[in-house]
Amino acid sequence: MGKVVVVTSGKGGVGKTTSTAALGAALAQCGQNVVVVDFDVGLRNLDLVMGAERRVVYDFINVTQGVAKLSQALIRDKRLDRLALLPASQTRDKDALTEDGVQSVITSLRKMFDWIICDSPAGIERGATLAMRYADEAVVVTNPEVSSVRDSDRIIGILDAKTVRAERGERVAKHLLITRFDQARASRGEMLTIEDVLEILSTPLLGIVPESEEVLRASNLGAPVTFNNPNSGPARAYFDAARRLMGEEIEMTIPTDKLSLFGKLFGRRAA
Amino acid sequence: MNLFNLFKRRGSAPVARDRLQILLAYERSGRGPSDLLFVLREEILAAVGRHVEINPERVHVQMDRGDKVSILEVEIEVPNTVRAVPASGRKKHAKLRPA
Repeated sequence: MGKVVVVTSGKGGVGKTTSTAALGAALAQCGQNVVVVDFDVGLRNLDLVMGAERRVVYDFINVTQGVAKLSQALIRDKRLDRLALLPASQTRDKDALTEDGVQSVITSLRKMFDWIICDSPAGIERGATLAMRYADEAVVVTNPEVSSVRDSDRIIGILDAKTVRAERGERVAKHLLITRFDQARASRGEMLTIEDVLEILSTPLLGIVPESEEVLRASNLGAPVTFNNPNSGPARAYFDAARRLMGEEIEMTIPTDKLSLFGKLFGRRAA
Repeated sequence: MNLFNLFKRRGSAPVARDRLQILLAYERSGRGPSDLLFVLREEILAAVGRHVEINPERVHVQMDRGDKVSILEVEIEVPNTVRAVPASGRKKHAKLRPA
């Protein structure tokens, strides 16, 4: 039976979709069968970040409404067929996704894949609570910045209250993924440190993704960063995070982009 | 603008951390009871479970909130087959009175 992981944050723009794509791809690159599921009804973007926007025919809601079979809506990644995408619908009807519909699709996906990674919409409304509803584990994406940390705290409380596991008195395993981290600024006292964030949120750390040009470059090209440049800082951070999700114990580091000789001399990052 | 400020400008991150800690302590108090109950339930069950076998389904945890004191009531059913439990002690009551 596959494991359901929700990637959530409360706040928008912190890197949920980027992290869903990168973690999903990294798990698949480690040999796992993975599906990434977009829960952002009306504002789907996971298809674009994965580079599959022109291949969407049917979506999540078509499946729940019986218009299409699950196998018709799933898009296999062209680079790695162990990786699949279930796109969200672009309908403006936010209530089109129902709890029963989500449950039946998740139940089927659990039988087909090792990992079901759910990309949550921002906010704490219906879409976000549906994305986390059946989760076994949660990746809380946080930027080292006050509004993001506050919203993460809120979403952690909701994970402990509104998931099926919480209602059964069980626990959703929560992991913190700190993204857009800049060690130099943190050292200068200009940015919350990793220790600050961990102390405030008291949630175990899954990984630290450094601020990097590689993330935008990868999304421009429609490839998860672990495909596009596997040796870049963020890609290595996502690989480590994926392996920690798989239960491996890996020393926590902040991988950075390597500087070329030119970059070292002139203080710019390698192209 | 004091020229010295340029040299001894402190980082803003410690301010961010302090503001967050104060704000979240307040915001968490709103949802506190349910979280606290969950944590207490898990820890008490773990402690009792080390000594006797218990059925997690047969456990009742409740918090009565008062103005000055609150009462935490924990009811755990312990099967009679277990030794070290007095005959009348089919149910164990533990009452804690936090200040």
